Amino acid sequence: MTTVEENSGPVTDPTSDYNIFDPEFVRDPYPTMSEIRESKCPIAHTDRWGGSWLPTRYDDVVAIAQEHEIFTSRSITVTASPLRQAEGPYAGIAAPPITSDPPDHHWHRRLILPVFAPQSVAKYEQGTRDLCNRLIDGFIDKGEADAGTDYAQQIPVRVISAMLGVRDDMADEFVSWVRGVLEVGLTDPIVRLENRNKIINFFREELADRKKNPRENDLITDLLNSGDKYPVTDQYVLGVCNLMLIAGIDTTWSAIGSSLWHFAQHPEHRKQLRDNPDLWPTAVEELLRAYSPVTMARLVDRDIEFQGCPMKAGDRILMAFPAANRDPRQFENPDEVILDRQHNRHVAFGSGIHRCAGSNLARLELRVALQVWLERIPEFSLVDPAAVTWAGGQVHGPRVCRVRF
Amino acid sequence: MRVRVDQDSCQGQQMCSIAAPEVFGSDELGHATVLIEGDLPEHLHAKTRRAQANCPEDAIIIEE
Repeated sequence: MTTVEENSGPVTDPTSDYNIFDPEFVRDPYPTMSEIRESKCPIAHTDRWGGSWLPTRYDDVVAIAQEHEIFTSRSITVTASPLRQAEGPYAGIAAPPITSDPPDHHWHRRLILPVFAPQSVAKYEQGTRDLCNRLIDGFIDKGEADAGTDYAQQIPVRVISAMLGVRDDMADEFVSWVRGVLEVGLTDPIVRLENRNKIINFFREELADRKKNPRENDLITDLLNSGDKYPVTDQYVLGVCNLMLIAGIDTTWSAIGSSLWHFAQHPEHRKQLRDNPDLWPTAVEELLRAYSPVTMARLVDRDIEFQGCPMKAGDRILMAFPAANRDPRQFENPDEVILDRQHNRHVAFGSGIHRCAGSNLARLELRVALQVWLERIPEFSLVDPAAVTWAGGQVHGPRVCRVRF
Repeated sequence: MRVRVDQDSCQGQQMCSIAAPEVFGSDELGHATVLIEGDLPEHLHAKTRRAQANCPEDAIIIEE
């Protein structure tokens, strides 16, 4: 059960047969998530794609995220890793700390957290603002642009490149490699392996360069030089670089894209932010809640009954953060975007020891990208709502999203 | 009202510093710190309660 052909076909009951790659689910997953959440079976199961569970209620998703000893991070994707990933020159390179379990998880995470603390990412704000302005300079005179490919897609990849200290002309290739792993690659193991190898090969050369020519204030150099504190290996540093590309690009790009798609259809929300700029931090949290891009997977460590579901060792669980963040048991009027929502305990960045390490950077990029867009292009609308295309699976957001202004 | 952060539970979500930036900050790892020692001024009570309610890790402890 690994090919698109074997796994497509109509879904009659999503509680027993959901398909996260179904075109309708990819375009708009919320009605299906809501149907499952409000059914008698809020933890759905499917045999498609090798089989998985899909908890949709807030309390269940958070409990699973926090119970990391039972619900492990040995695999975090809906489909099994390509078998050949376990062999060859790059065997064992994962994406720490997201793919790590305790006890190694502790130092895998400890080493990178300071880089992503709020006070550390603040230094990327001006550069991100300049980047956003340059992108808009490129299309503002045309009266029309693709808010997805011309803007949202272009931002996180360049911010991450700057953090990693790599050439900024790699942006298009990085985007293509990450899509190869996360979009096409989730359902095509050969494409996934090819692109994974491109990423790791690229960073292997970067590591070799930093060893010969160490740099000041450079993440890769600093990680390589942390061996006095922790048992740092090349494999770990390569894994962190791999993670920063895979987790830092598609995700924030999707959040920026979904938010612009929302603003294109809600002039009242654009006005609300123009009139109340103090609202930005609260508004960003609300957009993250309503359009949470990420669904992470876990691998069950041992047989366990969870909320009446007989889970077996090796089963996959998809923590549907987007579904949890629209659970009416936790959020009033959950399908409505309320930019000044005060009670917002969303888990767009997960919960527990694997809380997204890059969350503060993602928030900064999302806020700055939206602020600059709304400053420069205060009035805009979708050219054709039906022509917007979406990526789905484990990262949800618009890809082609043409707007007129 | 006094507030503290249970550092064993805090995962650095930073929802508290967004809800109440006057009360909560961040340490080197991005985990929450409390910026005000002792009793919180009354005008920050509502914000601090909101910060507590918004923490997905239940890491904020309020003593009244």
